[in-house]
Amino acid sequence: MKFTLSWLKTHLETDADLATITKKLTDLGLEVEGVEDKAESLKPFVVGYVVEAKQHPNADRLRVCQVDTGKGVLQVVCGAPNARAGLKGVFAPVGTHVPGTGLDLKAGNIRGEASNGMLCSARELGLGQDHDGIIELPDDAPVGASFVEYRKLNDPVIEIKITPDRADCLGVFGVARDLASAGLGKLKPIAEKQVKGTFQSPIQWKIDESAKALVPYTAGRYFKGVKNGPSPQWLQDRLTAIGLRPISALVDITNFVTFDLCRPLHVFDADKVKGDVVMRSAKEGETILALDGKTYDLEPGMVVIADDQGPEAIGGIMGGEVSGCSETTTNVFVEAALFDTTVTAKTGRKLGILSDARYRNERGLDPQSELWGMDVATRLILEICGGEPSEITSAGALPSGTRELTFRPARVLALGGVEVAPAKQKQILVDLGFKVIETSAESWSVTTPSFRADVEGEADLVEEVMRVHGFDHIPATSMPRAGAMPPVAVTLGQKRVQQTKRLLAVRGLNETVTFSFMPSGVAAMFTGNNALVPLANPISADLDVMRPSILGNLLMAAERNAARGFSDIALFEVGPTYLGETAKDQILSATGLRVGNTPRHWQVKQRPLDAYDAKADAFALLSAFGVPVENLQLEAAAPAHYHPGQSAVLRLGPTILGQFGTIHPKVAQALGVKGAAVGFEVFLERLPAPRSKGTARPMLNASALQPLERDFAFIVDASVAAEKLVKAAKGADKALITEVKLFDLFQGGSLPDGKKSLALSVTLQPRDKTLTDAEIEALSAKVVAAVNKATGGELRK
Amino acid sequence: MQAKWLNAVAASASIETLEQVRVDALGKKGEISGLMKTLGAMDPDARKEFGAKINVVKDEVTAAIEAKKTNLADAALNAKLARETLDLTLPARPEYEGRIHPISQTIDEIIAIFGEMGFSVAEGPDIEDDFHNFTALNIPADHPARQMQDTFYLPQKADGSQMVLRTHTSPVQIRTMLKGDLPIRVICPGRTYRVDSDMTHSPMFHQVEGLVIDTHTNMGHLKGCLQDFVRAFFGIDNLPVRFRPSYFPFTEPSAEVDIGCDRSGGELKLGGDKDGNAKHWLEILGSGMVHPNVLKNCGIDPAKYQGFAFGMGIERIAMLKYGIPDLRTFYETDLRWLRHYGFVPLDIPTAVGGLTR
Repeated sequence: MKFTLSWLKTHLETDADLATITKKLTDLGLEVEGVEDKAESLKPFVVGYVVEAKQHPNADRLRVCQVDTGKGVLQVVCGAPNARAGLKGVFAPVGTHVPGTGLDLKAGNIRGEASNGMLCSARELGLGQDHDGIIELPDDAPVGASFVEYRKLNDPVIEIKITPDRADCLGVFGVARDLASAGLGKLKPIAEKQVKGTFQSPIQWKIDESAKALVPYTAGRYFKGVKNGPSPQWLQDRLTAIGLRPISALVDITNFVTFDLCRPLHVFDADKVKGDVVMRSAKEGETILALDGKTYDLEPGMVVIADDQGPEAIGGIMGGEVSGCSETTTNVFVEAALFDTTVTAKTGRKLGILSDARYRNERGLDPQSELWGMDVATRLILEICGGEPSEITSAGALPSGTRELTFRPARVLALGGVEVAPAKQKQILVDLGFKVIETSAESWSVTTPSFRADVEGEADLVEEVMRVHGFDHIPATSMPRAGAMPPVAVTLGQKRVQQTKRLLAVRGLNETVTFSFMPSGVAAMFTGNNALVPLANPISADLDVMRPSILGNLLMAAERNAARGFSDIALFEVGPTYLGETAKDQILSATGLRVGNTPRHWQVKQRPLDAYDAKADAFALLSAFGVPVENLQLEAAAPAHYHPGQSAVLRLGPTILGQFGTIHPKVAQALGVKGAAVGFEVFLERLPAPRSKGTARPMLNASALQPLERDFAFIVDASVAAEKLVKAAKGADKALITEVKLFDLFQGGSLPDGKKSLALSVTLQPRDKTLTDAEIEALSAKVVAAVNKATGGELRK
Repeated sequence: MQAKWLNAVAASASIETLEQVRVDALGKKGEISGLMKTLGAMDPDARKEFGAKINVVKDEVTAAIEAKKTNLADAALNAKLARETLDLTLPARPEYEGRIHPISQTIDEIIAIFGEMGFSVAEGPDIEDDFHNFTALNIPADHPARQMQDTFYLPQKADGSQMVLRTHTSPVQIRTMLKGDLPIRVICPGRTYRVDSDMTHSPMFHQVEGLVIDTHTNMGHLKGCLQDFVRAFFGIDNLPVRFRPSYFPFTEPSAEVDIGCDRSGGELKLGGDKDGNAKHWLEILGSGMVHPNVLKNCGIDPAKYQGFAFGMGIERIAMLKYGIPDLRTFYETDLRWLRHYGFVPLDIPTAVGGLTR
């Protein structure tokens, strides 16, 4: 909301300077968003007199003017159609910053004629939109005088942000009241004289049954014999200062009362109203041509002000063009009504109308303004437009708008943490318009004023006291500790998320954060058997469903990076995926993607990445959290976004902990990813918790005897999984065999088709005595037998 | 003879030659060994005298051979080492270290600071129902925040209800309160969503909210807690902090929190002057005492319990702390950005070990 300092001072007697006032406004919760001081921005502009204006020799539309600036005569080339000798205008000397254009004036030469300054239009001064010609000042304007002082623009404009609860401060008067309560001066109360009507209004108010719940009360007054025309300069200045366009006296009066007192009014040209006016719900199919020149489709539930012809105004939002006032209006009907805040907001939103009336009506007006608001309007109309007022007509019952609350002054300390003397608390509340009865020392009865519908309970009263007293006075108290040491802040799951990120980064993957939504076309490649989870109102068509997997986002990111020249890339994200709308459908996934080749190196041969790279990432992650990776079952059952022959799910008992593999070439291709692409997804919440009992580890059982290694190579069918051999060899003697490593795979050569050779290194750990050759021989035979039994593999000779 | 053999040792250029010298001098059939054999035939006096002499010769030659052997071995090793010289300016086998995203790093910093103050981390689902995201928070049915232009909705269900993408992490506060495990001291970091996308808004962003509920925590604690936080987070001991009255449906009284800064010269610098006075202010978070209606909605008796809540944007404070200019770049996965603004994985923020390297 905008107002000027002098406007504020019409309601507040104060000696405080601008800086003090703006600081206090912010301290009160009326945050100052800006202060525009034209005395500063328009300082260099002076009243200039065009002594002579001649046609520019080389340009039809330009004139060469000799301008008396008060300090001498300068030549200025001017393109305005109204530039002529004898005109008094606004002159800007060279070096001036012109607010309307944002440029600094330089001395120039325009088509061969020197130009030393500028004669300005209203737009160039930032004083409106008028750019048809230069400003014309009255003949008595003193040449060389400061334009700001001459036009009394040296009145700073203050803009404040009003939080949605403070409807009372949407008028300058309410702002003044807050400042006065904070000790910044004395509030001048509204003391309107009531003017008696001399006749009964020919237009009467009715509230139809359909609007009973939406319009509690409405008042009106008929003025006959008014003269509408331009409003007086003081009123025009008030409105232009805050960016409003003066229209006509009657309209300007309604705007002024809206901004000055937060009492929106509407004026109907009474001669254009047919019959009485009624507040009613709009009917299906009704339309209205509103004052903004647009036609709106109305629907039931919206409040309209209608006469015999139909809707004449959208209640609380905007008047209609047909019954609007014009220069020729001689009889006027003034409306001041109370509307339900919710229906006003809904209607305004639906119709897409942002008006000053809607802004106030949807936040809630002071019901009492129905009474004094009409008095103010009466005074201004009679003063400016003359005429004769009717008696006031009304319909409905005026609500009190007040409530009685219990308030314990001790709550200011208990809740607010700041000590404010009870007497001071009372003073603050009274100054803000509350009625306080000290029922007892501990508990008061406080009646809210009609303009403070936002104050609903004791906590609100605490806030009122505290904000006027000043939040600066709240002492900062560090949080007391519950114990000597703070409790552990993160759960096991949260800690694992933190550790996962650091582990994957150490492994060379870069962490990224991508949106939780993705294009449905991409999501469809990753949903498996689950349905897509769409948004009803996506931000854009390509972010229309919740992501079922992070891989899609990572693949798209890889493609974008490749386009920037980074085709070998390793990315991961730890975040949610969504298989449905419920909390349990939100799956936390540590997802990684590697694309391209291993780095080129003079010593290590470059190769395309493959599924084993993804396996290494997944296994590193799982083993870091104590998952017994040797017990994991790899099943060729990964979802369809993986290569069917180069992927696996990782199953531990009945639980799938994750999946990895080569990205399905069709998926990679669809997302524009070139080169090898491998990925993994680990579902962190499914990882088993450590089976910890206390902190002590079991005793280390390190043998004094040296372990020995024996190598075996087996020829098996090419389809036999290597893991089968390893498990069989391990199982050959669970006591002595401590480790089995697969170290070679060979196919082709002398081997028959469909066969492969796998070489195992078996570690034997003697327990209480060295093994004899015979014992080692026997163990080897057991290994060979076990492998043969499990896989049909024969020892390679 | 001694001189002869010592010369021969010195003249040996290889282990092989030296060995031949040893055999010729000290071997079974060697010259010195031969002389030793003659001792037996001598009379005792002569044997004693000649024996002593010949022993001296033998010891000298033996020592010389040993010394020469070491010498030659060293020389051979040195020659071998010289042949083995590597060009160590060649690159080592490649290893890569990734980076931690600034959002994760910032969340870890936030947890480290609030953890020290006794807060623990609470989380909840991103897809929420109307009750947890709005109703319980005292946000009425017709509040503008509930409109389609502000909130992401999922499709309407058969019963007419619609799930939403949480617009703040406040529903986690509600879930924590509904569990009824009092007192409460939690922070809730996480993803949040609003229908907004431009230079300074992203449809998804991260928030951290805090909640304290007990019988005695007041607004002074709120001020202390947040002042302690921003000073620790930005690493500025005397960072000016201002509380300003504001309005949120879920708190009463409510306060916006500003921190001191200096915008002179078009550049933003956090902090005040040496006396802790701010030249300009920067709004950084919203806060307040939990509204009695919110407590009631969560089954907590507002006559007995009270507390505070606050919320701030994680990207926003990360941008301020680390000088990241554009919000939208956080989600673009530009490798150059990740490597430039990301953090090395061992840079783990802790209260005792320091938040920032």
